[in-house]
Amino acid sequence: MYLTKEEENTLEGEYGPSLQKAIEILVALGDIYGADRLIPVKSAQIAGVSYKTMGDAGLEWISDLEGKVKIPSILNPAGMDINKWEEMGIDPVFAKKQQEIIEAYAKLGIQTKCTCTPYYLEGFNVTLDDHIAWSESSAVSYANSVIGARTNREGGPSALSAALVGKTANYGYHLDEMREPVIAVEVDCKLSGSDYGALGYVVGKTVGSRVPIFYMRNKPSKDEMKSLGAALAASGAVALYHIEGVTPEALRNKFNKPDEVVPVERKQIDEVYETNRDILSSEIIAVGCPHCSPEELEKIARLVDGKKLQKEMWVCTAREVAQRYPELVQIIEKSGAKVVCDTCMVVSPATNKYASITVNSGKALAYVPSMCKVAAKYASIEDCVKEAGVIDEN
Amino acid sequence: MKINCRSIARGVAEGEVLLTHDPISFLGNVDPKTGEIVEAQHELYGQSISGKVLVFPHGKGSTVGSYVIYQLSKNNVAPAAIINLESEPIVAVGAIISEIPLVDRLESDPFKLLKNGDMITVNSTGSFVEIDKA
Repeated sequence: MYLTKEEENTLEGEYGPSLQKAIEILVALGDIYGADRLIPVKSAQIAGVSYKTMGDAGLEWISDLEGKVKIPSILNPAGMDINKWEEMGIDPVFAKKQQEIIEAYAKLGIQTKCTCTPYYLEGFNVTLDDHIAWSESSAVSYANSVIGARTNREGGPSALSAALVGKTANYGYHLDEMREPVIAVEVDCKLSGSDYGALGYVVGKTVGSRVPIFYMRNKPSKDEMKSLGAALAASGAVALYHIEGVTPEALRNKFNKPDEVVPVERKQIDEVYETNRDILSSEIIAVGCPHCSPEELEKIARLVDGKKLQKEMWVCTAREVAQRYPELVQIIEKSGAKVVCDTCMVVSPATNKYASITVNSGKALAYVPSMCKVAAKYASIEDCVKEAGVIDEN
Repeated sequence: MKINCRSIARGVAEGEVLLTHDPISFLGNVDPKTGEIVEAQHELYGQSISGKVLVFPHGKGSTVGSYVIYQLSKNNVAPAAIINLESEPIVAVGAIISEIPLVDRLESDPFKLLKNGDMITVNSTGSFVEIDKA
């Protein structure tokens, strides 16, 4: 792999041991995947935030690092809402460790905003063909597919290394040839809303880590594509997908239809809604996986406005988005639902205490049963609100 | 005898060879406090990897495995060096952050060349391994 003089010096330790290790990680990954050089990246999103997954080992590593990041960098969701953790029922020992992890990142100059939707935040807007180093699988999928930016699915240490060095190794989805679709998915019915999460849940298993191109009956919105990509990355390991006539690279590149074709019928989508139908009433309802967009918050606010919910309901979003729309947050919280920031039902240990959950996310449906040991049901956002037990106040 | 290889995590270390044909998931397969393999299905079940030159095909499993390697190192029970057939990111990152020399792609098959208990030096900085004279 070719390195500039400056990069060689960094590797020799001229700028200290933290930067030396960071570039060593980038070079090692570059060697493993056959990269020719390092390339600059515009921003980084760093996984490895929740104490639930990091443990003391991860905390120790981050605390030992020194220096400052060179590009705008933020974090993946944490294990709790930084302000409302007590209300969520988080153990104080966990909360303390979680704070320590976040403070250790802050010391490195990383913005301590914890979200899987960096693309909604100031300073993280990316456009077609931008190179970035993001970690969280749904954010990677959204950036690659919906925006047409370029990122591999970075691990925590490699994203942090990219943030410190300001570069990443040029391999994988940074290269044109790796972005070509190799499998076609033909959807034989019209879809809307949570159907897209269900589609991703169904198709991800078949597609695995390949790049699919979808042929659809109708054009999904950005929020619908967000749900599709998140589910594809969770039930499979899809980091990039295209939709014929919709996503930016499909529009620009006019891809040939791959030989391998996977047909999807309405019945398969409907089956996802049948998962765990025997749970007559779930204990908690959680939406916002990935974190809600302003449009999604608005829709939820409309659905619960003037009503009282009987069950615990979480609406997960990025803190910055919640702060931008205080009136929507107010309407939602007046109904009894909680607007939960910095975390979600998948990564927070607060989920584990419930026996059953209803979600409108294919990603959450794929992860919550195994990661939180909670039985999960799938429903549209409208049915999620119904499940929460609406009492009309008017 | 010197055998050329590819350097993944730099450094030099000497130790006794411990071979396994099974891939290792550091999260789950290894006790970070003792360095013992705790997965009953694993070829090395019950053995300690502490201070060894650990030879295995490649890592597998959760990326949290990188941090488990770091924890082993902090607890002074990490392998002295690692030889993989083909390195992958979990072990590569773990080895780099823990300063454990890691090499792969030896020019001759390590499973034929080496046996348990051999004393060898892994010189990752120089991209070679050397079997010590008895």
